[in-house]
Amino acid sequence: MTDAAALRASAATLASPLPPLLAEAEHLATTVLLGEHGRRRAGLGDTFWQYRPALPTDEARSIDWRRSGRSDTAFVQDKEWQIAQSVILWVDQASSMAFTSDKSLSSKADRARLLALATAILLLRGGERVGLTGVRLPPRRGEQQLLHMADLLSRDDGVDYGSPESQGMLPHSRVLFVSDFLGDLAPVEEALTRAADRGVRGALVQVLDPQEEAFPFDGRTIFESMAGTLRHETLKAGDLKDRYLARLAERKNRLSHMARTTGWQFQTHHTGASAANALLWIFGALERRA
Amino acid sequence: MWMLGPIGFVLPSLLLGLIVLPILWLILRAVPPAPIRRRFPGVALLLGLKDDEAQSDRTPWWLLLLRMLVVSAVIVGFAGPILNPETERTGIGPLLIVADGTWADARDWPTRLDRIAALLDEAGRAGRTTAVLTLTNLPPDTLDFQSAEATALRLPSLQPAAWEPDPAALTTWAETLDGDFDTFWLSDGLARDSRDPLLAALQSHGQVTVFQSPRQTTALRPARFADGTITISAVRTPTGPEGEATVAAIGLDPGGVERQLATTTLNFAPGEGVAEGTLDLPAELRNRVTRFELSGTRSAGAISLTDDALRRREIALIAGSNEREGLELLSPLHYLTQALSLNSDLIDGTIPDILLANPDVIIMADVATLAQGDSAAMRTWVESGGLLIRFAGPRLASLDPTNTDADPLLPVRLRAGGRSVGGAMSWGEPKALAPFADGSPFFGLAVPADVTVSEQVMAQPDPTLAERVIAQLSDGTPLVTRSSLGDGQIVLFHVTANAEWSTLPLSGLFVQMLERLSVSTRRVGTLAEELAGTTWVPEQVLDAFGTLTDTDTLPGVSGERFATGIPAADLQPGLYAGEDRRIAVNVIGPETVLGPAAWPSGILVEGMNVTRETLLKGWLLTAALLMLVVDILASLALSGRLRGGRGNVAVLLLLGLLAVPQGGQAQETASTADTDAFAMQATDNVVLAHVITGDAPVDQVAQAGLLGLSNTLFQRTSIEPAAPMAVNIETDELAFFPFLYWPITESQPIPSRAAYEKLNRYLRTGGMILFDTRDADMGGFGSSTPEGRKLQAIARLLDIPPLEQIPSDHVLTRTFYLLQEFPGRYAGLDLWVESSSPDAEQVEGMPFRNLNDGVTPVVIGGNDWAAAWAVDEYGAPLYPVGRGMAGERQREMALRFGVNLIMHVLTGNYKSDQVHVPALLDRLGQ
Repeated sequence: MTDAAALRASAATLASPLPPLLAEAEHLATTVLLGEHGRRRAGLGDTFWQYRPALPTDEARSIDWRRSGRSDTAFVQDKEWQIAQSVILWVDQASSMAFTSDKSLSSKADRARLLALATAILLLRGGERVGLTGVRLPPRRGEQQLLHMADLLSRDDGVDYGSPESQGMLPHSRVLFVSDFLGDLAPVEEALTRAADRGVRGALVQVLDPQEEAFPFDGRTIFESMAGTLRHETLKAGDLKDRYLARLAERKNRLSHMARTTGWQFQTHHTGASAANALLWIFGALERRA
Repeated sequence: MWMLGPIGFVLPSLLLGLIVLPILWLILRAVPPAPIRRRFPGVALLLGLKDDEAQSDRTPWWLLLLRMLVVSAVIVGFAGPILNPETERTGIGPLLIVADGTWADARDWPTRLDRIAALLDEAGRAGRTTAVLTLTNLPPDTLDFQSAEATALRLPSLQPAAWEPDPAALTTWAETLDGDFDTFWLSDGLARDSRDPLLAALQSHGQVTVFQSPRQTTALRPARFADGTITISAVRTPTGPEGEATVAAIGLDPGGVERQLATTTLNFAPGEGVAEGTLDLPAELRNRVTRFELSGTRSAGAISLTDDALRRREIALIAGSNEREGLELLSPLHYLTQALSLNSDLIDGTIPDILLANPDVIIMADVATLAQGDSAAMRTWVESGGLLIRFAGPRLASLDPTNTDADPLLPVRLRAGGRSVGGAMSWGEPKALAPFADGSPFFGLAVPADVTVSEQVMAQPDPTLAERVIAQLSDGTPLVTRSSLGDGQIVLFHVTANAEWSTLPLSGLFVQMLERLSVSTRRVGTLAEELAGTTWVPEQVLDAFGTLTDTDTLPGVSGERFATGIPAADLQPGLYAGEDRRIAVNVIGPETVLGPAAWPSGILVEGMNVTRETLLKGWLLTAALLMLVVDILASLALSGRLRGGRGNVAVLLLLGLLAVPQGGQAQETASTADTDAFAMQATDNVVLAHVITGDAPVDQVAQAGLLGLSNTLFQRTSIEPAAPMAVNIETDELAFFPFLYWPITESQPIPSRAAYEKLNRYLRTGGMILFDTRDADMGGFGSSTPEGRKLQAIARLLDIPPLEQIPSDHVLTRTFYLLQEFPGRYAGLDLWVESSSPDAEQVEGMPFRNLNDGVTPVVIGGNDWAAAWAVDEYGAPLYPVGRGMAGERQREMALRFGVNLIMHVLTGNYKSDQVHVPALLDRLGQ
């Protein structure tokens, strides 16, 4: 159980240097709500978009007389079409995420929560609605949502490896999965397929510890999973390195492939690296037009 | 003992333990290392992976080999290996070990002690009783043979002496020997007459073995001074091929520090035993030489002390103005020059110049009066030990007696006029000299009959006159009078220094009298009859190693003993003081020749070197221990435990164990280099400096502030300071800095006593310190802020003059800018400077008083100027001052105050001069 207030504070610190994240909404249909996302076309909104010559169908009160006074024809002021987007997050809270190889590094779980919450803050600041997968926290706006989210995120899960919850993904919303993806990939694949079915796009962020990437072990070793359910004994750990790394690469490959086929983005992030980089990537991935 | 090459084993049976090594190999090989348990989320990826081969769990062969080596090192180590075990010397019965113990032994005395110790070890193992002695320090009673262990205890007290054995004492001692014993004789390798009788005596008691090293012995003969150069010679034995020896002349430099004054190299020709060289030194340096030393040789023979023989006195001659140019024989100084120039260095010149050279003696011939300042200086010089000799003459005779009453530079009061006897216009015969009375320094000198006095000055009769007379005429009138003044003396010859008034200067007596007065020094001939009855007190003595030590515990030496000149226990080499001079007794005489000791063919002569037996047990066990450490690290590395921080610590620890500690010398050189660099940096240009308070932020502000002020000065004035420096008042030299900024913090330590001395010297010699309590926002100066109290505590021991609040006409208000306020970051009003003199009056019509004296050594305030001046590296202000444009104005004023202050430091009260008044009045618009 992480201190929710502290988590929120550090996430706010991380989020502060970035401009508001303006995620792009692809479709309007189900989540039509006025927001601050310019659709780059005329529509309902507050921001000036363009002047166009008045058509006979335009009401007389919609004519912009100040502009029209400078020429012979009458002009109408169009506003930019603005909508809000729903973004749904899933952060792996299984015990495998609690691993850290060095005291000076944050654990994978801490990094994942930080990234998720920072993303949420940016999105909320940009006027989006943010929530968690499942039924725990449907997407909403406002500061209060952030408090709930920080609270929910700072809970730990007892299982060894987590699997994404595919419920509660609103059609055509955006989804962000943060996990180490070291467990079974079948639930991930299923979730991605279901998401693709519903027109949901998103990003997968794999958070790994540098040691998981390097496998710097040697000698006779018994490896145990974090919750102790899995165990593997080897007499010469150094020999396993190549094969371990091959398996890890294959796993990343597979995730990347799944993401590509479903229109998602995939990225691996190491706890040894800067969190801001990862946040920037998420920023870019969520903004990308499908 | 079982031998294996040069190595013997104490317990060879233990070596059988090596048989178990192969068994151990098998056992160790079979046991795999223990597994480590790791939590690792990636285990999911590992499931199902199989190890290549089960062999990997075995210990690798090199680790096994290492462990085998450890075990074998332990086994071999405990078997007690000894490298070069000594073969026993045969012999039974008591053993006498004799060392010459002369100065020639001193050079390698530790080797000799080692040799003796080795011989004693052997004797101890053979169960022989032993005795040890040096020939220069014979035991008073008969020989006492003790066990070798007991004798070995006495070894540290065995010391060589700086003299040679006394043949007579040796003979006496040899006669007291009885019983049978073998003798080991450690010879110093020098030929000596006393050797053969002693050898015969020792041989009559048993076998004699001689230990002697074939090394060369070099010694230095006393230096001779002739014809303005110093001749030095060195002797050596045995004579070998060409060689050279460096001789250093050592003495006190003007600062009183002993150092090498000159060096010269003596070249031995091949086969020659004597090398000679010369050293040409200026008289000043020559007088400073206290000893000559053969460089690189540590023995009393390599040192030759100098005494008065080398030292020539400096005598200043001053005559009354000599109008009769060219009449040399009539010159008042002619006879003095003749008498003195042979053995002393003469100086002439004006009195101030002469006094500066600090001669030993000043002779004034017929000088009646001195200038006021000269007289006082002369008096000081006499009081500090100078000898002033005055000769009478017409001028002295014509002195007004009322003046001579007061003249402290005359031993007696003189009557006006003097008297003339035996002249053409007077009655009577010229007077002869009376024999010198007992107690006079001239006592014992024969008075030649042909010395007559025809004119003289007369002393006023006086109660003290009798005791001041040291020579008189046959009719009882004083001829020479003497009085002491302070540590020095004043002697008046009542006749002239030329032959006008008397024939004294023509006689040999004149020279003798001057000698007796220690005016000139004689070549030391040490005639036996001259030394008879005198006592010589040792002041410094040499030990065998050539170390000169002050002594005051040795008894005086009679002149008769002294005359023999042969050093021994009762006449140790060194410097001896007599009544009026000092004589050196050296180990080597001027005619000493060294020769190699010759031993009869029947005597066994061995070398001095010892092949020490080395116990290898410790080394082997240490090696085993080190290998164990390596084994630990290797095992950790193999099992993968040597990862991350813990592994680094372990490796670092190991490296730290192996690292050889560095010597401290490098640091020392570095620190002097630092000091030099500091001085260079500080003196290269004008540099503003601040005192390090120990409070890092305050120091940074001070540094930045002085940088800002330096920039401003650079831009606006002709002062172009270099980058400001931080000064540690405890360690750094302050004299380089014209100005110190001293921010006061509550926590800064009170300076040490040495630092206070430095600060006071700094303040007295024109430095200025700006004390800044930085508390003007909280209270006025002197109020009880913590900084104010600290400043009071710091300033208590500083040499600070009375202060006053800065008056409106203080020169600080106009040294560069015209200012009336001195704000810093705060605009407090109080600024304290040295108070102006109370008698300064304001002249009518002048805007300020005439205050031309005194640059204030301190300026005290609390406006935190450094913060107002502070700029960053780009020149932008670091700290806000005030608000808006008014604040910027205040910052500008603060900078102007800084400019004025530095101007005041560097130009003093230049702007206080009334010359500037018109221009200033113009500026002030009055």
